[in-house]
Amino acid sequence: MATLQTKSAARLMMAPAVIALLIWMIVPLSMTLYFSTLNYNLFNPAQTPFIGLTNYRFFLTDPAFFTALTNTLKLVAGVLAITVTGGILLALLLDQDFYGVNIVRLLVIAPFFVMPTVAALVWKNMMMNPVYGTIGQFLNWIGIGAIDWFSAYPLTSIVIIVAWQWLPFATLILLTALQSLSEDQKEAAEMDGAGPVSVFWHITLPHMARAITVVILIQTIFLLSIFAEIYVTTSGGPGLQTTNLTYLVYSQALLQFDVGGASAGGIVAVVLANIVAFFLVRIIGKNLDA
Amino acid sequence: MARAVSTRRKITMTIIGWSIGLLIFFPVMWTILTSFKSELDAIATPPKWFFFNWTLENYQTVHARSDYFRFMMNSVYLAVGSTALGLLFAIPAAWAMAFSPTKRTKDILLWMLSTKMLPAVGVLIPIYLMFRNWGLLDSHVGLIVVLFLINLPIMVWMLYTYFKEIPGEILEAARMDGASLTKEIVYVLTPMSVPGIASTVLLCIILAWNEAFWTLNLTTSNAAPLTAFIASYSSPQGNFYAKLSAASTLAIAPILILGWFSQKQLVRGLTFGAVK
Amino acid sequence: MGQITLDKVSKSFGSTDVIHAVDLEIEDGEFVVFVGPSGCGKSTLLRLIAGLEDVTSGRIMIDGTDATGLAPAKRRLSMVFQSYALYPHMSVRQNIAFPLKMAGESKDSIERKVADAARTLNLADYLDRKPRQLSGGQRQRVAIGRAIVREPAAFLFDEPLSNLDAALRVNMRLEISELHQHLKTTMIYVTHDQVEAMTMADKIVVLNAGRIEQIGSPLDLYRNPANRFVAGFIGSPKMNFVEGDAARGQGGETIGVRPEHLDISTTDGAWKGTVGVSEHLGSDTFLHVHVDGQPTPITARTGGEFTLSHGDTVYLTPKAGKVHKFDGSGLAVR
Repeated sequence: MATLQTKSAARLMMAPAVIALLIWMIVPLSMTLYFSTLNYNLFNPAQTPFIGLTNYRFFLTDPAFFTALTNTLKLVAGVLAITVTGGILLALLLDQDFYGVNIVRLLVIAPFFVMPTVAALVWKNMMMNPVYGTIGQFLNWIGIGAIDWFSAYPLTSIVIIVAWQWLPFATLILLTALQSLSEDQKEAAEMDGAGPVSVFWHITLPHMARAITVVILIQTIFLLSIFAEIYVTTSGGPGLQTTNLTYLVYSQALLQFDVGGASAGGIVAVVLANIVAFFLVRIIGKNLDA
Repeated sequence: MARAVSTRRKITMTIIGWSIGLLIFFPVMWTILTSFKSELDAIATPPKWFFFNWTLENYQTVHARSDYFRFMMNSVYLAVGSTALGLLFAIPAAWAMAFSPTKRTKDILLWMLSTKMLPAVGVLIPIYLMFRNWGLLDSHVGLIVVLFLINLPIMVWMLYTYFKEIPGEILEAARMDGASLTKEIVYVLTPMSVPGIASTVLLCIILAWNEAFWTLNLTTSNAAPLTAFIASYSSPQGNFYAKLSAASTLAIAPILILGWFSQKQLVRGLTFGAVK
Repeated sequence: MGQITLDKVSKSFGSTDVIHAVDLEIEDGEFVVFVGPSGCGKSTLLRLIAGLEDVTSGRIMIDGTDATGLAPAKRRLSMVFQSYALYPHMSVRQNIAFPLKMAGESKDSIERKVADAARTLNLADYLDRKPRQLSGGQRQRVAIGRAIVREPAAFLFDEPLSNLDAALRVNMRLEISELHQHLKTTMIYVTHDQVEAMTMADKIVVLNAGRIEQIGSPLDLYRNPANRFVAGFIGSPKMNFVEGDAARGQGGETIGVRPEHLDISTTDGAWKGTVGVSEHLGSDTFLHVHVDGQPTPITARTGGEFTLSHGDTVYLTPKAGKVHKFDGSGLAVR
């Protein structure tokens, strides 16, 4: 449905949003790309000689990079493992009919709305503190003894906090997918002699497959750039134990003022994210036609 | 759920469901409870659950730190400002994509989505330097623009999926009835999509409110929102659990309530329409 | 006035041609029906006249002036859509008033015209309701009300009855016909239902694959179809087509006989066959007869009390002068 008039009007109305995003994407990114080839330190901003790919060589061969990359992957994998399995189980639970299921759903999705800085500080101080934290007191009470989470298992602690924040997201999306499964299909399977477990494996899980993929991809995008949780709890430490790629670039730029090196790191992060984005865009694009 | 569930099964499920729900909600609930305790009760062993001297002194203390409300208002400015600016750009764009699609519409939508996937660190340095040169560091305007740009793809997508559900014939009817393009959008499209626009606004306010990378890196005090205010508690000073809890409760309460209202629409917005 | 002329109007979407150089003359006050199978381009043709789509080439004249490039609002046409396209957030009154409001008419005149329209369409009691509180037929009337208040040069109807149930459809058909007699304004009506076309039209335009197959009055098309397509499309049940020797004997590649133009006998006749299914409607009986040498059964209409059943032998004879002959390319041979 369109005439030439509406088409040209449409182009005009789309222009501001497209141009704004185009500038937002291209200008800073090309500047980052440019900076990444300079020896550019904010302590000495007058002299920024071109040094080619040296920043990349330094960044990629720096042991910190390898640690940060490993930490990033561990963080993403850990959180995904917890949220996807937990999300499926919670979705199955919330799909049941029990007293107050709507209120329980609200309780389960609450963590998603908690500001990352609040979530991190509440967990660090009030849950995981070995002396005053609720978890420590609980572990003492059952006789295991408190754990100093952030000293003993810093990365695991961050994984737990982030997983808690993202569990509602996975649950909500998987629940929506689950509820779109027609009762007829399940009943047909039951008529064909399938028990609850077979129904889950052969009907429910395949039905949720696309939603699970979407959860994994979208979360990966966000999890690759976890920042606030690390910033307010460990500042990347102890040592580099909780430094991920985002935090490494941040500290290189705004704590060590090495613009060139940080820019190279930023580009590396962009490349990594794009690999994931490529798959996500294809999945969502396919869905657009449907 | 047409089938009757046996009562025993239902009660078992109720117990399991509530236990798990409360377990997940526990950190939030504990924060809210602690915010009403004295600092001593807050760190008592064994923990005091409900029987303690309920007090509002923490809220008074937080309130007394006169800057609390400035942070709070900054959060409001940033969330509302970026969302309002976003609507201005996103409604016309989504209209165009939904009702006058071309061969490239799909590509443009996906490209917008891909900008959302650009990791912030990739552009942190140029943005930081530009802001510094233009005096935009720690300013409302600068952050509103950044938050607006971050949320713009989500807004366009959400509105697009809502607009798509409006039958094109209705807009054509308006066109036949003599409405100009502006009148068509003002009198027909916008009133018809109030629910969709409302949930888009809610989601974007939530996302802007909780955004913590740019707000932490581009502000210091003047324009700093609640994310930064809370971050200032990251180095503990003495007994501060109850005060931290009160500040946290104040920071998350409005968004928690907004979020609960918009939970249904959230899925669509966060998955770019891939799961409805 | 509402005289519309299409001059070699064509429309393509990308490389697909949907309308092929259509010429058409619509007189003022005429009730014209565009009919054809789905995908034949009838709705597209209507939307081209409305201005909701651009023509690829050709001209559209309304009352002698070139309207090809005009915006829909400027063509003085009203349209009733298949989905009614009522504004869900407005009351019936606001819906009907909307075109007047857009035209910037005064409050008094809007009120008067809305009241008039509501009276004509029996909507006076529903003016303050929202569309979702109305039945299908009432919604349809609101859509018509919104169309008539503008006093347009012509009304365009895009399959307006296809969302209604069968009984209501018959009623609304009559109401629209009455409205036409009352207003005497040009109406262009698109449908895929040949019964609607036959009962309502002054002039039927049969479309197929983006081309006009034939233009004529309903009886004209029934009596003298120009080709096999029109012959098969107009009339219910469909015309029977017979090929082979039986046809060549009559002087055509194919001959067509309508079910109502077959004499049925149990003793002798032109074609011998056996009864397959017989459908008893009470007033009529339709026999599906398997005739030797014909790939598809032949339908014959007979009286309601007819008592032949499955497997009986029967003889069919076309009535004299009611046989349509077609040549190899499907054109009628006269």
